[in-house]
Amino acid sequence: MSLGLYLLVGFIKSFIIINVYLVVFAYTVWAERKVLGHIQNRWGPTKVGPFGLLQPIADGVKLLFKEDMTPPFVYQPIFTIAPVLALVMSLMSVAVIPIAPALHLFGYDIPMQVTDINIGLLFILGVTSIGVYGIALAGWSSNSKYAMLGGLRASAQMISYEASLGLSLIGVLIMSGSFSLQEIVHQQEGFFWGFIPNWNIFRGQFFGFFLYIIAAYAETNRVPFDLPEAESELGGGYHTEYSSMKWSMFFMAEYHNMITVACLATLLFLGGWSGPVIGPPILHTLLPLAWFCLKVAFFLFIYIWVRGTMPRFRYDQLMAFGWKVLLPLAILNVVVTAFFVAWFS
Amino acid sequence: MSVVKDIAAVAKGMGITFGEMFQPTIVENYPDGPGPLKGAKFQERFRGAHVLQRDENGLEKCVACFLCAAACPCNCIYIEADENTEQNRVSGAERYAKVYNIDYNRCIFCGYCVEACPTDAITHGHGFELASFNATNLIYRKEQLLAIKPAQLGEGVTFNKAEMDRQGSTAG
Repeated sequence: MSLGLYLLVGFIKSFIIINVYLVVFAYTVWAERKVLGHIQNRWGPTKVGPFGLLQPIADGVKLLFKEDMTPPFVYQPIFTIAPVLALVMSLMSVAVIPIAPALHLFGYDIPMQVTDINIGLLFILGVTSIGVYGIALAGWSSNSKYAMLGGLRASAQMISYEASLGLSLIGVLIMSGSFSLQEIVHQQEGFFWGFIPNWNIFRGQFFGFFLYIIAAYAETNRVPFDLPEAESELGGGYHTEYSSMKWSMFFMAEYHNMITVACLATLLFLGGWSGPVIGPPILHTLLPLAWFCLKVAFFLFIYIWVRGTMPRFRYDQLMAFGWKVLLPLAILNVVVTAFFVAWFS
Repeated sequence: MSVVKDIAAVAKGMGITFGEMFQPTIVENYPDGPGPLKGAKFQERFRGAHVLQRDENGLEKCVACFLCAAACPCNCIYIEADENTEQNRVSGAERYAKVYNIDYNRCIFCGYCVEACPTDAITHGHGFELASFNATNLIYRKEQLLAIKPAQLGEGVTFNKAEMDRQGSTAG
């Protein structure tokens, strides 16, 4: 593949992926409002379009045209850069996520991800860690006590749970022996005992899966770990002083992180795009994609479902749980997995 | 085994929210609902916009006795009486209300007029969409307050003519 063609394909893929992610973000918000509404016996959005389906567009237009207000006494450069940082990092982590097996087109193998690097998982962990800077800097530069508290909480919480998050993934890495997300998914294809899918969650990573889910909820600031934004105590937390598009950049970053975490859980624990594939060749291309989307949608639904159920942690409970429960369990998971892998290989 | 208990408690909570998702919504789907009420629900005794009822012959029940105007604590009812004649018979009794205005700027929907009425002519209906951009529109004349048909047709007349016109509907 020549350099020009490589760049062209890369550009097209980035363009498509970014747009798809923005649409998925918009409809995740819609689904969240709808599902939360029905959990509370309300309707959710119904006014804009059928079933309120055009609500995300209306919201987007509203946010675009809102006044972009900068309070006095903020540290202007960082105040402006922080939301951009959060959004860019959340979009960047998407780049290494494969959504389907490689596509054979015009004699080329086109991997269905923006770039296939062999340390994909490390890349995602690194980039999401930089994303925390966006939140922490936003809290600091706002020069407001609520935002400051939110930013502090965000950095403390993320550092605490990042350790458990990383350790919960090591079990999967020991089993697959690779950092490449493509490779990890390929190892989960097929069945064992004839009918149980060869997914990591069924191959001994059951606890690892739940540890990952819990740590990931904390990483993405979602209920029940949404202390950095805690509306009721901090009036919005780190984005208290933000408005208009700057605020919606944080909003987008949060939901993109949610989607990335859901994609990662699908790839690492639920076998990615593997699933029954039948029918004509066109279905062999589309069905894996559909399986992948279905699994991600399932994870996003669980996110919303948990939000509709759980109350928020108290801050000391959050820290105690992170360090005294989650981290030892994650280490135990690593040790047990390593032991079994060494025993059976 | 408090850990098992805690996990069971979380699972139970998740189960409850999942079940609630499939329960019917209890929120009134007000402006988008079916029927003349557009999805709003009322108690029978709801005191909405007044309706001047008609008897079984379609004549007005109001006999212009002024008891409602006397009972009104905020003086929002204005009546001018006139005599019925052979050529112009409006109500069943001797007199009828030539002018019957209710000023909804002042009305407090207390229901004293309805209690005072000896002929059950004035009633509280279920009309409630009274908001207006112009306060002068809130003075309702007799033509607007009258029921569009005799009370024994249909299940009681709960909307006056102005409400019916506004809803563009003939049910009521």
